[in-house]
Amino acid sequence: MTGPATVFDKPTDYIGKSIPRSDAARLLRGKGRYVDDMQLPRMVHAVFLRSPYAHAKINAIDISQAMKLPGVVAIYTGKDIAQHVEPYVGVLSHLPGLRSPAQYPLAVDVARWQGEPVAVVICASRALGEDALEHIRVDYEKLTAVTDTLNALSPDAPLIHEEYDSNLAWKRQVEVGNLEEALAQDDVVVVEKQIKFGRHTGVTLETRATVCDYIPGDGQLIMYYAGQAPHMLQFILAKHLDMLEENVRVVAHDVGGSFGIKVHTYGDEIATAIVAKLLKRPVKFTADRLESFVTDIHARDHFVDAKIGVKKDGTIVGMGFNDFTGIGPFSMYPRTSAIECNQILNLTGAPYQFEHYHAVGHVVFQNKTLMCQYRAVGHPIAMAISDCMIEEAARVIGMDPVKIRRKNLIPDDAYPTKSTTGMRFDDLSHHACLDKLLEIMDYDALLEDQQNARGNGIYRGIGFVSLVEVTNPSPMFYGVGGAPIASQDGATVRLDAAGALHISSSVTEQGQGTNAILQQIAADVFGVSIERVKVTTGDTATVPYGGGTWASRGAGIGGEAMLLASHALKEQVLDTAAVILQAKPEDLDIAFGEIVNKGSRERKISLGDLAKIVYYRGNELPHDLKPELIATRHYRVTDFPFVFTNGAMAAHVEVDTNTGLIKILHFWAVEDCGRVINPQLVDDQIRGGVVQGIGGALYEECVYDSDGQMQNASMADYLVPMASEMPEITVAHVETYTKTSVLGAKGAGEAGTGGAPAAIMNAVNNALEPLNCGLWQMPMTPERVLKALGKI
Amino acid sequence: MNKTAQIELIVNGEKYFENVPVRMNLADFLRNKLGLTGTHVGCEHGVCGACTIFLDGVTARSCLTLAVQADETEITTIEGYETDKNASDLIKNFHKRNALQCGYCTPGMLASSIEYIEQGNPPDRKKVKEHISGNYCRCTGYQAIVDAICTTIQERQSR
Repeated sequence: MTGPATVFDKPTDYIGKSIPRSDAARLLRGKGRYVDDMQLPRMVHAVFLRSPYAHAKINAIDISQAMKLPGVVAIYTGKDIAQHVEPYVGVLSHLPGLRSPAQYPLAVDVARWQGEPVAVVICASRALGEDALEHIRVDYEKLTAVTDTLNALSPDAPLIHEEYDSNLAWKRQVEVGNLEEALAQDDVVVVEKQIKFGRHTGVTLETRATVCDYIPGDGQLIMYYAGQAPHMLQFILAKHLDMLEENVRVVAHDVGGSFGIKVHTYGDEIATAIVAKLLKRPVKFTADRLESFVTDIHARDHFVDAKIGVKKDGTIVGMGFNDFTGIGPFSMYPRTSAIECNQILNLTGAPYQFEHYHAVGHVVFQNKTLMCQYRAVGHPIAMAISDCMIEEAARVIGMDPVKIRRKNLIPDDAYPTKSTTGMRFDDLSHHACLDKLLEIMDYDALLEDQQNARGNGIYRGIGFVSLVEVTNPSPMFYGVGGAPIASQDGATVRLDAAGALHISSSVTEQGQGTNAILQQIAADVFGVSIERVKVTTGDTATVPYGGGTWASRGAGIGGEAMLLASHALKEQVLDTAAVILQAKPEDLDIAFGEIVNKGSRERKISLGDLAKIVYYRGNELPHDLKPELIATRHYRVTDFPFVFTNGAMAAHVEVDTNTGLIKILHFWAVEDCGRVINPQLVDDQIRGGVVQGIGGALYEECVYDSDGQMQNASMADYLVPMASEMPEITVAHVETYTKTSVLGAKGAGEAGTGGAPAAIMNAVNNALEPLNCGLWQMPMTPERVLKALGKI
Repeated sequence: MNKTAQIELIVNGEKYFENVPVRMNLADFLRNKLGLTGTHVGCEHGVCGACTIFLDGVTARSCLTLAVQADETEITTIEGYETDKNASDLIKNFHKRNALQCGYCTPGMLASSIEYIEQGNPPDRKKVKEHISGNYCRCTGYQAIVDAICTTIQERQSR
């Protein structure tokens, strides 16, 4: 921990309270500032022609007819765009052996997934641009599409990249102890299952969008984008468009949901920037929903062969698995498409104590949309492998699922400690969370209800998960491997002449309430009314440098930087006040915009009056006193690679054995994210996350045919969670502050999505237990339930 | 395909005379011609509900309605809900209960909520969920939205 230890010595005014987000007021009145809302003078639209084939050679593109159509300003093919960009490669040095070829924004010679852009029409309107697309003639030579992850590795599979000897992008193995030997012992019960996790995607309601503008004279490129990491994109644009970084400005105003979808490098967005630079005028690209389905990154897509060994008393001896995941034809730049598999290898079984572990991960190229990091990267798979196998083992040995967890969860007094795979843990609370979960869900009553219902032919199930979540990452996540992704974030706090605070931060807002908690922290630590704190995020021209929002780091890292900056400004203001008031700084405090006497709370001078003396009447101050009235601090996690959180969740479901429909009756989530800055915002992060997890568990799947054509690329066909199917979700907290910061906050954004699928699969298999069957494939659709029941 | 037509309509109490391409949908008209960008487009085929507005007092998907179909109609969008739909209490409760995160579904969600309340429906969570089940929200998990709607109805009933 670094920084002031005295911040929480006073009763806090804002931290810990459910204060409504100030920026939501504007959104409720239709005054959002989303990218597609922007209209700039002389703005034109980028409309992309996309490959209808999953794998095809591009022999020629004829744009002559399309060029004649009304409104068409220019048309660029993949070859044209390639001349203006340095290609990018999605590998990182800390994932040794990961390979991926150089990628261009638009396909150049070969299109490798359905939806890959091959040309772009620049046009007066989107509608006219779409008209022109129909008149571009592309001579495609269709190639065999490699779609099935397992078949892609067979020796006779066509190669997606001819320069490689196979379609394998990366393989990693983690071995601790000797699993095979341990599982061969006489007193060990071994359970094996194949678990399939479908491919799904983010379906942010606001599709990806960008407006790029180039200012000749300044030589400045401005990208307005719906995204999460402006500084990362600033680096990428500068590097690949051969510009100086300071001449690239990236601005993210309101973002209509991101969830990891909007933190990657997309060729259509890079091409839009290139075209704006070439034409020296603003260019807008807004993906339509079909484009979103086939070009936004997809997620999951895992085939897992898992096994676990337990003793008859429930002690876990070891676990292991073989994971195959399909990532599309390239590893996504710059975060790579191997991180999810890496997380699964690192995190499976992490809440539990056991000795033997053997996990192998295969990351495989295929002709489908690129797969990359999406909310709760790897966690839903890792948690499902361990917790679904543990509950299955408990069923086999006839043990209660809570009891088997009690026996194996890392004790709450064991920290600091390491997981079997070497993950460093501190300040976790698995048992306390499980206690609280059982208390709020009334487990015994549910068990009784389950027995009674079974008597009536109604099959209800209860499923649990104990989870960890990677939050507040240090440079060990990306920076160490050479990615231009900052692990530290900065915060600036400035006192204006009216006594109000202007704060800015490099973490970004996509609706989760980042701006609100930054205001709460600044108001609380510095001592002004929250209404007098104005916040700026998302603009590389005005905010301090930092990583942005991903991996549940906004509150823990961005919040700590804001705390440090607010405290630094407070010290500076008190030093100035002490001179003006001829008092000692340590006898003074700031409360609700006034300098007060620390003991008596007597008001001495308002912040506005103090600031006016500094700004307007500096002649009243001693010559050697030059207050800045502004402070900037940065923060990064130094003590640990990641600050893990933990939690416990439970699902209560009813399986209709006639229709195969699964109804979630209730869901409970207990989360330990350290200090809760705004309980309502955290609870709703958990709820939204759980519902996203429910989507992956029950509904969402990108269905492909063997030609690599996505069959359900519309919101009418791709099922997302809607209100009528969603349960009430009860959320509770255990607060174990992380010792890595003064604030003590860990992340909370991804736990729900990471844990819910395992809890639901467990609940479904608990419901199906008396029917002697189980379901080990997500999404758990009615058809798959009926197949598991042997009814179809 | 570039044929245009003259339309005359009232939006949020203000009269407009506009020349529009006959193929332009109402959502694009409101957003791009009138600058009322509070109406959002999420799927462009009537499924996600983000573009829902009031057309002659009834909710309609503005992405499935052509601008020319709105000739001689009266439209209310999110920019007018506080004043023209007397929904300031609902808006306040959405804010207080955090019934929105990214705000992209909010225009349509408010429209469906106003409709449910105007129809005199009860603060019944199951019925509310069914009524808003044509409005997709990726962020909240819906619980906060149901809370805000039910609270508003209860407050109006106890007035």
